[in-house]
Amino acid sequence: MSDKKVKRRDFIFTTSYALGAVGVGAAVWPLIDQMNPDASVKALASTEVDVSSVEPGQSITVLWRGKPVFIKRRTQEEIAKAREVDIKNLKHPEKDEDRAKNPEWLVMLGVCTHLGCVPLGDKGEYGGWFCPCHGSHYDTSGRIRKGPAPTNMEIPKYEFVNTNTIKIG
Amino acid sequence: MKNFLKFFLIILVFCLKISFISAAEQTEKLLNPGWGFKGFFGKFDRGSLQRGYQVYTEVCAACHSIKYLSYRNLSETGGPEFTEDQVKAIASQFEVTDGPNDDGEMFTRPARPADNFVSPYPNEKAAIAANGGAYPPDMSVLVKARKGGADYIYSLLLGYEDPPSGLSLDDGVYYNKYMAGNKIKMSNPLSEGLIEYGDGTSATPEQMANDVTTFLAWAAEPHLEARHKMGFRAIIYLIILTILVYFSMKKIWSRVESKV
Amino acid sequence: MSDHEYIPKSKLGKWFNDRLPILTLANHLTEYPTPKNLNYWWTFGAILTFCLVTQIITGLILAMHYVAHADLAFSSVEHIMRNVNYGWLIRYVHANGASMFFLAVYIHIFRALYYGSYKSPREIIWILGMMIYILMMMAAFMGYVLPWGQMSFWGATVITNLFSAIPFFGESITTWLWGGYAVDNPTLTRFFSLHYLIPFLILGLVVLHIWALHVPGNNNPIGIDIKKPSNDTVSFHPYIVIKDIFALLIFLIVFAFFVFYSPNILGHADNYIEANPMVTPAHIVPEWYLLPFYAILRSVPDKLLGVIAMFAALFILVILPWLDTSKIRSAIFRPLYKQFYWFLVADVLILGYMGAMPAEGIYLLVARVATAYYFLHFLIILPVLGSKEKTLEVPLSITEPVLGGSASASMTRNRLDKI
Repeated sequence: MSDKKVKRRDFIFTTSYALGAVGVGAAVWPLIDQMNPDASVKALASTEVDVSSVEPGQSITVLWRGKPVFIKRRTQEEIAKAREVDIKNLKHPEKDEDRAKNPEWLVMLGVCTHLGCVPLGDKGEYGGWFCPCHGSHYDTSGRIRKGPAPTNMEIPKYEFVNTNTIKIG
Repeated sequence: MKNFLKFFLIILVFCLKISFISAAEQTEKLLNPGWGFKGFFGKFDRGSLQRGYQVYTEVCAACHSIKYLSYRNLSETGGPEFTEDQVKAIASQFEVTDGPNDDGEMFTRPARPADNFVSPYPNEKAAIAANGGAYPPDMSVLVKARKGGADYIYSLLLGYEDPPSGLSLDDGVYYNKYMAGNKIKMSNPLSEGLIEYGDGTSATPEQMANDVTTFLAWAAEPHLEARHKMGFRAIIYLIILTILVYFSMKKIWSRVESKV
Repeated sequence: MSDHEYIPKSKLGKWFNDRLPILTLANHLTEYPTPKNLNYWWTFGAILTFCLVTQIITGLILAMHYVAHADLAFSSVEHIMRNVNYGWLIRYVHANGASMFFLAVYIHIFRALYYGSYKSPREIIWILGMMIYILMMMAAFMGYVLPWGQMSFWGATVITNLFSAIPFFGESITTWLWGGYAVDNPTLTRFFSLHYLIPFLILGLVVLHIWALHVPGNNNPIGIDIKKPSNDTVSFHPYIVIKDIFALLIFLIVFAFFVFYSPNILGHADNYIEANPMVTPAHIVPEWYLLPFYAILRSVPDKLLGVIAMFAALFILVILPWLDTSKIRSAIFRPLYKQFYWFLVADVLILGYMGAMPAEGIYLLVARVATAYYFLHFLIILPVLGSKEKTLEVPLSITEPVLGGSASASMTRNRLDKI
């Protein structure tokens, strides 16, 4: 067999293999992507919450995208406590001013960043939240202060539609 | 022996013929205006879909639900492709029941794009009671749920006629030449100039029937355009790969003195 | 099995293989000597394996999104079609995959009938195959119930009512099948559970089917026993593998055409109407692949006898290796059998067609004649042909078309060994 012939044979085999692999990949993608959030889940992006009945010091929990969202109306004392912390000492440095645009209202995902449990309110060594699963302590701004959680509790996208209504998402 | 085989073939052909004749006797031949969404590259006509949505809301929606669709579908690709703001405005015209709220009460609020289309009746029994004992079928998959598909819906909408002499119809029963048994409890829904199209198209019954059927065909098969597109690519790909594999096979089999 | 002992080249391979001889198995599968004259009708084994795997994978995925409840099943299917990413694709592949599966299995079965692949020493392969076929029909029937449309509901009602024909226990059996006094939610949930189970039973039987095949090796178009390995054989890999892939790709083009351009043509429009226990559709038909049996059922005027005839039509195939008394396998050397084979094909097609037509008038008459012929073929014609037919001379081997002049393939083999 001449070299030329060998080359052509190799070319056909290689191309067949390569094209076959591309096809298998293209066929597998839908099988994987079907587990991603579907169109109806993605569409449920936002929820509106009436907060007119929440007194200072109280907090309510609402469900958004299947997760609890804590809406806490903080007292002046709690705000002061959150703002006086030197953020250099924090595990995940974030200013309280960045976390709560309106200092009276803290809106955050009530999910511990360690392994996803829901922390308890008004508990823990820093007067904020305490996660009972593995002992993470959060302060009055929802920032991680002690325990295994790596980051502060997440702040979702939200806005005040008017003084009494918060739109999350 | 050969004769025996012939005998079987004759019977087969005979049966086929009979069935075609009897099929032709039972129903009128359906009208087909030529659908752009059929065939290898079939796509929906956006303008027709948008007009069809208008016909649906202004004419059909009073009785027929379309409950498996959401308002957001109206802005999705492959559909009527209204803008998201238009869809928000459309949705907000409808009231949906939500709740319970913190006091345990159900309440109504304007619909959002994520909500399913609001049905005209609370349940099937109510729909039957309000329509003289006939259930106006849900239109979500209607085109797929009828033999003849889009052709049938289109024909039915244009198939109202005066009953032949000697046939008397009860009150609330109408004559339609495409309906099985020719008796239908829906009165002729379309008439010349019944609605005023936003884009200035003249609203003849044929035009409205065409538009609303196109809309319903999309409602039944919202991913049709994506399917056609993917199908074309898949088949081209398979043909190319088949040719390559054929030559690979020839090469491999050339090592043994036997034909593939 | 291969005659020589396989020893892996690498040390690690040998260590592993001594403990779990999976490399020996892989070696057996790649070097498996296969007759080199197999035609394209023999590629359907590989195509069927592909079909089974496709159905299992797409079915698993559909089960992630489907809700087996009478109130929610229909809308969950619409949810799959509308909202789930590529849900429409996966569902259409699964639904049309069932039809393609049956198309392939019918070709596979009729290939075996033509070339006498069910005859000694391959009876067990054939019986395992028939068990797979029966399980496939059960899986397909239960799968068709799951979307909970009108055809699902009424198909389930009609088929489960077959069991009410059983004397004395009929009624209690149907009630037990339904979990109630009619087809309802309990029926749906148990059908879902069984529909999920059966494919894995099929998979197990397929392994046995292939195992049993690898003992005597493949039959071949001229139906003679061959020496393995020899000039008459090629190794499974790459020769048969590449041929199977080529045939599979052509099959996939047909498959893709259905999925992308006519996904509902093999189904029934009424199944897009949600199940309603108050209204029966005007004309109930099963899926196309069950039509011949449905025609046999309807052509017998008695309820119990109709059910018996239908099941007999199926189980008669199981004992086929003992009904066909001819020693020659391939129809190529059996001029009379070849004729009757094509009559049978025509007969089954006619039965299928009659199954789709209303059971009245000329249709019923033709269906009755065709049913009678079906049983005549297996019970009278085949046993008689075995002794009366004058067969042609059979060659000694595939490579050398020398005529042995014997009516018996195994005798030919013996003579060859003596030479």
